[in-house]
Amino acid sequence: MKYKFEIICLLLIVGLFALTQIVGNQFYFFIGFVILQYMVMAIAWNVLGGYGGYVNFGSAGFLATGAYTAVALINFLDVGLVEQMIAGGIIAGLLGLATGYLTLRLRGVYFAIATLALAIILETIVAHWDYVGGAAGTSILPKRKPELLGELIVDRKEGIFGNYKEFLFFLMGTVAIICVWISRYIENSKLGRGLNAIKDSEEAAECMGVPTMRLKLIATAISGGMMGVAGAPLASYLTFIDPLSAFNLEYAINAIAMPMIGGTVSWAGPVIGALLLGTAQQVSSLWIQSELNLLIVGVVLVVFVIIAPEGIIGWFRKSRKGSAR
Amino acid sequence: MAVFIDLLLNALVIGILLGGFYAALAIGLSITFGLLDVVNIAHPTMLVLGAFIAFLLNSTLGIDPILAGVIATPFFFILGWLIYQVYYNVFEKSGAESLRGLAFFFGLLFIIEVGLVIQFGVDHRLVEAPYIGESWNIIIGEEIDVAIPFRLLVAFVVASIATLAIRAYLTKTFFGRAVRAVAQDMMALRLMGVDPIRVKRIAFAMGVATAGVGGALMIIVLPIEPSLGRLYLGNVFAIVVLGGLGSISGTLLAAVIIGVAESIVATFFGPSWAPAVSFGILLAVLAFRPEGLFGKTAGAH
Repeated sequence: MKYKFEIICLLLIVGLFALTQIVGNQFYFFIGFVILQYMVMAIAWNVLGGYGGYVNFGSAGFLATGAYTAVALINFLDVGLVEQMIAGGIIAGLLGLATGYLTLRLRGVYFAIATLALAIILETIVAHWDYVGGAAGTSILPKRKPELLGELIVDRKEGIFGNYKEFLFFLMGTVAIICVWISRYIENSKLGRGLNAIKDSEEAAECMGVPTMRLKLIATAISGGMMGVAGAPLASYLTFIDPLSAFNLEYAINAIAMPMIGGTVSWAGPVIGALLLGTAQQVSSLWIQSELNLLIVGVVLVVFVIIAPEGIIGWFRKSRKGSAR
Repeated sequence: MAVFIDLLLNALVIGILLGGFYAALAIGLSITFGLLDVVNIAHPTMLVLGAFIAFLLNSTLGIDPILAGVIATPFFFILGWLIYQVYYNVFEKSGAESLRGLAFFFGLLFIIEVGLVIQFGVDHRLVEAPYIGESWNIIIGEEIDVAIPFRLLVAFVVASIATLAIRAYLTKTFFGRAVRAVAQDMMALRLMGVDPIRVKRIAFAMGVATAGVGGALMIIVLPIEPSLGRLYLGNVFAIVVLGGLGSISGTLLAAVIIGVAESIVATFFGPSWAPAVSFGILLAVLAFRPEGLFGKTAGAH
């Protein structure tokens, strides 16, 4: 069947919706949102890093761009969450395009360093920008009785969702599934094959007529845009935002560690990595301190990079190959 | 007007002193990244580790921080040796250094930083030494006097000695010339009967070893906390790239440029803008003059 994958995606979205209606315990939506947000970050990172071989260390900067675009919009226009996410995606995508335009002519290393620099510059700027709360941060009250296309979305009695946590969880889940679809589409498209060629040898790709610069720019914009969409609901989720939570190092390390652990060559890698690592972190954070949690992520990343270069997916492929022989 | 000149003069003097100090932080990266092409993004975090070792030795045994830095140097040499051993065998040999090698160093950065947070917490730490807190006032004219803090002066002097010694070592000795030869043509070196991997391993270990004294200077200049490494990342990479990869003299000059720029911005716009200066310069250099001011090209090849 031609549209098998698309049908599965739609079914998953319906399933997510059903979960928000059935499950009563809000805690699951609270941690589910975080895992799904990490998943979007990991998928976004992999579009450029896994397929094209360009490492982005500034994932937190792109996420924060989305988050602060949303905050500025709430202050300025009081628009709804969906509009915030679209705007956050566009602005972060443009930021990715600009960064790529400035540094992608150079070796990959410089792009990596530039993204780190970008995150610090953005953090400094945001800390001085009082309109969005400055260094002290600002609290965001979710809109009461929000509507989308004439339907009341969040209300305890009449809304589609009983409360905001369920709505945010459903939104992020839908975004994650759309991102999975996009990254899978890219993987099998001309863009993905071009990026793969760039990863193997940029010079050879250029010689074969691959428009390397254009492909890299498209990938940076898509990757940045996805991160911006993931970041936009952050302020509504936390009901508070400050530079420390938006530019958190956790995002930067997880966005790299999750694809690396799952496997960077395929769309499924970041998804598996995010599910495993994200769930493990959320569960273990209940009884161990968050620093120790991060230390474990760092160690797992280094170990995987050294002993399992293809990630978990690579293991499976290898063992399948082995048994077929 | 006198106030302005006074401020400017002070900013310049502090900037130059700061530049010398930055050179000591960047010199290790200038060797590992500039000469050996190993992108050790964990270098600034290793410096912070060095600073914490100096703090530990100073607060428990009362050892002078600079002496503590010298004591820590062999430890960092061994650490660098081991890291390169892993890096070469796992990544460089198979040509996987660009993606996985970077992720490896990012992971190291992370492990060291979070490890320090767990061990020492996120409070600011400082050391005690007779030259910390004192300063030297030079009166130039009416309402114009330049204050030179001793801690910056000490850092500047020690940093200059260390940097010039490394520069002399790399240009005057046989091994130093071999290191620079590795950067230019590994094959030719091999034909001359020198094992380039061995040269690289020792040179990398040397680059990391600078974290001992460099870290000690760091805690002399400012109170430290674990996440400082990422803040200095902009400084050291801006300096190494601006100076031209692998050029030690270029690194020195670039360090002074960054130091003065930061000091002037901090004086006239407030110290909280200082981090954006070096990162801003770094972005601008990468975008418009990637070969740096005086170096070989860092461009695509």
